[in-house]
Amino acid sequence: MKNKILVATILLSLLAAGMVNAQVGKPFIHDPSTIVACDGKYYTFGTGGGGLISADGWTWNGGAVRPGGGAAPDAIKIGDRYLVVYGATGGGAASGHRGKIYTMWNKTLDPASPDFKYTDTVVVASSNGNEDNDAIDPGIMLDPTTGRLWLTYGTYFGFIRIVELDPKTGKRVQGNKPVDVAIVCEATDLIYHDGWYYLLATHGTCCDGANSTYNIVVGRSKKVTGPYLDNVGRNMLEGGGKMVSATSRNLIGPGHFGRLVLEAGIEKMSCHYEADLDQGGRSVLGIRPLLWKNGWPVAGDNFREGTYEIESERRGYSLELEVDFTRMAGGLRGFGRNTDEPVKPVPPQQLADVVKNWPTGNIDARIGDYMGRPHQKWTITAVAEAGGYLGGPYYKIQIAGTERTLAATADAEVVTFPAFTGAPEQLWQIDQLTDGTYRIMPKVVPAVKKQLALVSSGDSRPTLANFDMNSDNSKWNFKAQ
Amino acid sequence: MQRKQRSLLSAMTFLIFSGLQIDVIAAVEQAPGLEQRSVLAPATRPVDTGRTLSPYFTPATRLKKAPDEKGFIQRWLVLEPVKKDITRNNIFTDNYLRTTFEKDNFSTDFAVVPRNSEMAKVGEQQLKWYALDSKLFNFKLFRFSYAINKPQYGVLFWVVTVINCPEEISNVRMAAGCNSAGMFWLNGKEVLMLSGDRDMVVDNCTSARVTLHKGQNIIRGAVINGPGMCDFCLRFIDERGKPVKKFTVSYE
Repeated sequence: MKNKILVATILLSLLAAGMVNAQVGKPFIHDPSTIVACDGKYYTFGTGGGGLISADGWTWNGGAVRPGGGAAPDAIKIGDRYLVVYGATGGGAASGHRGKIYTMWNKTLDPASPDFKYTDTVVVASSNGNEDNDAIDPGIMLDPTTGRLWLTYGTYFGFIRIVELDPKTGKRVQGNKPVDVAIVCEATDLIYHDGWYYLLATHGTCCDGANSTYNIVVGRSKKVTGPYLDNVGRNMLEGGGKMVSATSRNLIGPGHFGRLVLEAGIEKMSCHYEADLDQGGRSVLGIRPLLWKNGWPVAGDNFREGTYEIESERRGYSLELEVDFTRMAGGLRGFGRNTDEPVKPVPPQQLADVVKNWPTGNIDARIGDYMGRPHQKWTITAVAEAGGYLGGPYYKIQIAGTERTLAATADAEVVTFPAFTGAPEQLWQIDQLTDGTYRIMPKVVPAVKKQLALVSSGDSRPTLANFDMNSDNSKWNFKAQ
Repeated sequence: MQRKQRSLLSAMTFLIFSGLQIDVIAAVEQAPGLEQRSVLAPATRPVDTGRTLSPYFTPATRLKKAPDEKGFIQRWLVLEPVKKDITRNNIFTDNYLRTTFEKDNFSTDFAVVPRNSEMAKVGEQQLKWYALDSKLFNFKLFRFSYAINKPQYGVLFWVVTVINCPEEISNVRMAAGCNSAGMFWLNGKEVLMLSGDRDMVVDNCTSARVTLHKGQNIIRGAVINGPGMCDFCLRFIDERGKPVKKFTVSYE
């Protein structure tokens, strides 16, 4: 029986671990377009037509509609319309590299909307089958500084090229000539950040399941037409590129980068993994935090369940229960003692040593010096039935070894309840920020309509307030225990 | 290169999604599904009249040639491809490469310099040497093979070149990138192994420190590829990663 429980526990743990690492539902897709929001839902399109829809950004299922078949689409919202672009090619290798890139518009991405109707397609780029280019794998960027629309396309077969499109028509700008910007890669995408244009590209092997070596690299340029150099000055026309995302744990072979800027300090990247070992080795949609380190984008890590110290970025103090501090045995050993005395480990304070002294009702939370004590260790677990947000599930945050649960209150403070009830104020959204720290936010604050985040008021008071990316009061770190 | 497999997957995906029972190429080239479907003509190999070396290569001359401004060696003797039955590039382990290059070798003397236009025997295949200068920093073996109407996929290429140093150059490294895998030898000694399914990336692999002797130094290379593009680039770099250029290149 004990073994049975152990096995069940292991299985549950594995299921939970999988749940926090990838999207749930049926997120099966290859070559996904950049995720686009439309009327409260998220959409992404894939190779072969169709795509995925999600109401919350965490649970994804089929249902997106894109005609034309073809491969590796991209999508962008321009004004009040959506521009969808995709490629059709001979299939590569012996089947040829004669390809075309098509664009088309729609007023909505919701197939159930009466306004849902794609315009006729327009060819905006092509390859003749023998030139050093394969017109496939388009990526589009609306330059935030100029309003000009740029398209990159191509595969390992020759050059990645950039052309300019008219953002009003989706057609190629008349007279525009392609510019070569990279080689030996595919699935490119352009983004702009802080005065630089970044060219994201996928290297490695695709389409071989768990043996795929797909990985996403980046180069940057002050000009949209390049040259795009990596962190050691290597031109992407020489194969250069700095790693953005590679295989991580059971998620094999990320490719087809897309960027989502949700708000200042919170960015996500979309991709597909060639194989998610926890989901039968199938190709799945991936959503990860996008960080910026020393001027370079890098994939962050989706939050993982575990037991943590929750450290305030403000001073380095940690979230804790407001209970009496219980001293451990010992104290000053004294100076000048015999150093040859045997060294004996001192056991850390255990929950059982202190929990009996804690109140049994609600207990407030505060922020204090981290001492590795039981009232400072939080176990964070995904709540499977609670849904989620873009890239993650909702979590419950509990004192390790107990059911004591962190919750938001109607007066925008935080408290701990003796047990988890599943109420929305006990569910927490955890997003890694672009600087690598985290935002912690309750799903709801009772009686408060807007979203508030966990912040430090002074060094010692945790409270709920507007998130401010420019303030360390709004930022937290998780240190595994 | 390996990315062909994606395209094959795409083709399979299309068939699954569309349920079409028609030719794969026609399926993957299906254009937009609106009123006016423009369908590309079935993909065929480009017309043979386009098969010339000139877009990418010029015949090498007996005049010694300097490396390019970034130190890349553009002059190579290249043997027509040895045909190999390779469907995936991720089989190129160290052991696979050593075994294959030992078996499908034109000479066990790794310091030998073949003569331009002479024939060599590899297994049962009679193959011809070409002395060529690449117009690019890299040597596009795919384009070479296409131009001479030889296979572009499932191929093993042998290459040789001669470095002429006016004086000894020590503490340098051979730096190469190739698609998909390869090995390189300097003066008969193995110095570089590029195993796995690689992209042709500048300075992707570098050797341990080597010495280029005064006079002739022989470089031998082998590049192998299954599906997809095939090419390589090679130069020498110094301790600071800067290109070494104080030599000339010849093919004899």
